[in-house]
Amino acid sequence: MPERMISLEPPAQRSTEIVNEANLIRRVRDGEHELFYELIRPYERRVYAAAFAILRNEADAEDVAQEALLKAFKHIRQFRAEARFSTWLIQITVNEARMRRRKAHASIMEPIADRQDEEGNYTPRDFADWREIPSETLERNEIRQKLAEALAKLGQIYREVFVLRDMQHLSIGETAKALGISTASVKTRLLRARLMLRDLLAPGLGGAWNMTGKLSFVKGTKPW
Amino acid sequence: MVVNCEEVWREVSNYLDGEVDPTLRVAIEEHVRGCKRCTAVLDGTRNVIQLYGDERMLEVPLGFSQRLHQRLDENMPNNRRSFLGWMVAAAAAVLVVGTLELARSSARGLEMRSEHAQLGTGVPPDLMVVVAEEGKLFHLAACTFIHEKNKTQLRTITAAEASREGYTPCVRCLKKYLTEAACSSHNSTLSS
Repeated sequence: MPERMISLEPPAQRSTEIVNEANLIRRVRDGEHELFYELIRPYERRVYAAAFAILRNEADAEDVAQEALLKAFKHIRQFRAEARFSTWLIQITVNEARMRRRKAHASIMEPIADRQDEEGNYTPRDFADWREIPSETLERNEIRQKLAEALAKLGQIYREVFVLRDMQHLSIGETAKALGISTASVKTRLLRARLMLRDLLAPGLGGAWNMTGKLSFVKGTKPW
Repeated sequence: MVVNCEEVWREVSNYLDGEVDPTLRVAIEEHVRGCKRCTAVLDGTRNVIQLYGDERMLEVPLGFSQRLHQRLDENMPNNRRSFLGWMVAAAAAVLVVGTLELARSSARGLEMRSEHAQLGTGVPPDLMVVVAEEGKLFHLAACTFIHEKNKTQLRTITAAEASREGYTPCVRCLKKYLTEAACSSHNSTLSS
């Protein structure tokens, strides 16, 4: 059975989760404002990450994350239970970040990847053999930095989809809704984002891993 | 059904998301078994998803949460965060830290395969799972994030045994159990 199908929560558990969160939301609406902190605690980092994916600037992303959560608090009565609260928060954040970006748009140069034909097939460039990368690798700051740099090289439309889907684990449908695009577009962009990142991270291509010289590897070898 | 390399590349993302029909899935798996290039593409793409899907990639600037709460405080009507409220919050934080420290010290008896691993508290102990000799995670048998190269050395054991051996749950295929555990812990914090 496919992995994603397994990870779907059983209806009973999903409904328990919704009831718990809905109860918290109701209490915040009824005036227990301090519970809002509890409500958003699991999502604070995700909101920041969504803002950063769009703005690529820490200060702006933090400011937008704060704005978005403040807006969520002020408009919590408008939240409709048919969506997940987390998806609603991400949607607000995406809108806020896009507005901020639009204001500063003139000064932002988009990476080349944005100009690529979205519908065209993407052909992988690197076929070096990969082995499993241990999760401990992520304890190294420079590795996380390299991953972040590779992500920043993606065009906006690919980065947005990748961050929501693969870093925030939204479903294809939720990602589509948050970004206001079709599920078909999500799938197309996701494929390209994943393959581009794979190529960017593949050693021996003069890609992100070799940018500072600290992590330069002999062609054909792996950094892990 | 037979697929070529280009078709595999076009579907690799959908394949990993479990979004292809069973016939295509079998065809892709058959092709990948005999194709080094497609194995490299599939393994690499899976690695990308795993690496970026890790919680550690969602970093926030130092002090982010405090600044956020401060901003919310300033903008909340009829702010109820009295001094007493802050004292209660501080006491709760001390309790949480103490509990975590206790949990960590009780987990020290187990030699984890990864020093960063956390025990999966929400996974049913009698659930049959799969482990790879060289791996650090335990998975459901159908998880697409078990590495192909390790599949020859797989063992099927219970989740409890896997935990005892230091394996930790795969966050992808066992997500529902981990979410459930996190959810109940969240709720218990709220009700306390």
